[in-house]
Amino acid sequence: MVRTDVQLMLDVKAGDEASFELLLQRYRTPLVNFLFRMVRNREQAEDLAQEVFLRVYRAREEYVPSAKFTTWLFRIATNLALNSMRDTRYQKLEVSIDAPVTVNAEDGDERPLDVAEKHPNIEQHLVGDVRVKMIRHAINKLPEKQRAAVLLHKYQELDYTEIAKILSCSESALKSRLFRAYEALRVELAPLVAHQARH
Amino acid sequence: MSCEKMEGRILGYLDGRLNESERLDAEKHLAACAACRLRVNEFRAVSGLLDELSVIEPSPEFDVRVHARVAAEPVKESWWAWLRISPRVAFAASMLLLAAIWMGYYQQPQQVQLPWNNPVEADAQMMQDLPVLEDHDVLSNFEPLKDLPGKADDDSDNVPQQQQPM
Repeated sequence: MVRTDVQLMLDVKAGDEASFELLLQRYRTPLVNFLFRMVRNREQAEDLAQEVFLRVYRAREEYVPSAKFTTWLFRIATNLALNSMRDTRYQKLEVSIDAPVTVNAEDGDERPLDVAEKHPNIEQHLVGDVRVKMIRHAINKLPEKQRAAVLLHKYQELDYTEIAKILSCSESALKSRLFRAYEALRVELAPLVAHQARH
Repeated sequence: MSCEKMEGRILGYLDGRLNESERLDAEKHLAACAACRLRVNEFRAVSGLLDELSVIEPSPEFDVRVHARVAAEPVKESWWAWLRISPRVAFAASMLLLAAIWMGYYQQPQQVQLPWNNPVEADAQMMQDLPVLEDHDVLSNFEPLKDLPGKADDDSDNVPQQQQPM
């Protein structure tokens, strides 16, 4: 029988290190991906994910299952990401919102896209990873909290209540934020969206 | 339903998180409004595009670093932790403490509570005895009593010698 996150965390609280390892294996990939899409730097994302797990471990004795574990976990991650993005230490590593999208940014190999890639026609969209880069670029252009809301909604599949708690806002404010974010993505990705919507 | 209201429900509609009546209202509006229908389709397309982003795997060093950082955390010991560390030492210390308490209790000098140990109590006792002392003075100076025969053993000197009958 698969133990729930809360059960695992309570076991960690009771001193079971193996349960912490299970939580680590369960959430290492989602956390690193969420943080990578937030901060746009792989090394920094891994550092922050390590910090998230460390904070979870440090807080084990005070842990009370008053909310879903994922709410707590991603709240820590979101706050760390937002603080980190505002931290001047990482400013030079960040890609400017207005800067061109880079190739192999996931691997830390940053290279500006050329003009043809930046304004591709429909045929070019369908080849290579330019399409993916456009999507990533569109996400990167979102304001921080809209970006966090979209990432939590789309990739973590958290419900509105959870995301609202993570972002410390009301559920109606979250829905409004999500709508504006998806609307911005729709506009930014218009060529791709038009093609996608036709099929 | 207005288009503005529909905007607020687009994501809920796409996520399947509207209740039955809301969903029916949305579908009724979409059947009649081409603009909202297009927007719903485009939002659905955006969601589909977001699915195309690849998932990255943490580097092989990730787990090692997490383990190292967790291992470097100082161990929080509770107040009673030393008992777990060395129960023999804890037991010996407890016995020593009990012995010290026991010896301290039984070797304490037993003080007899005498009234004259306390000057105030001694004075109070003397004041209570005053009537007795006064009575003693009255009786010892009472002339008629002096004529009474004393005890044979200790008052023989004071009693006049009587003639023994022949």
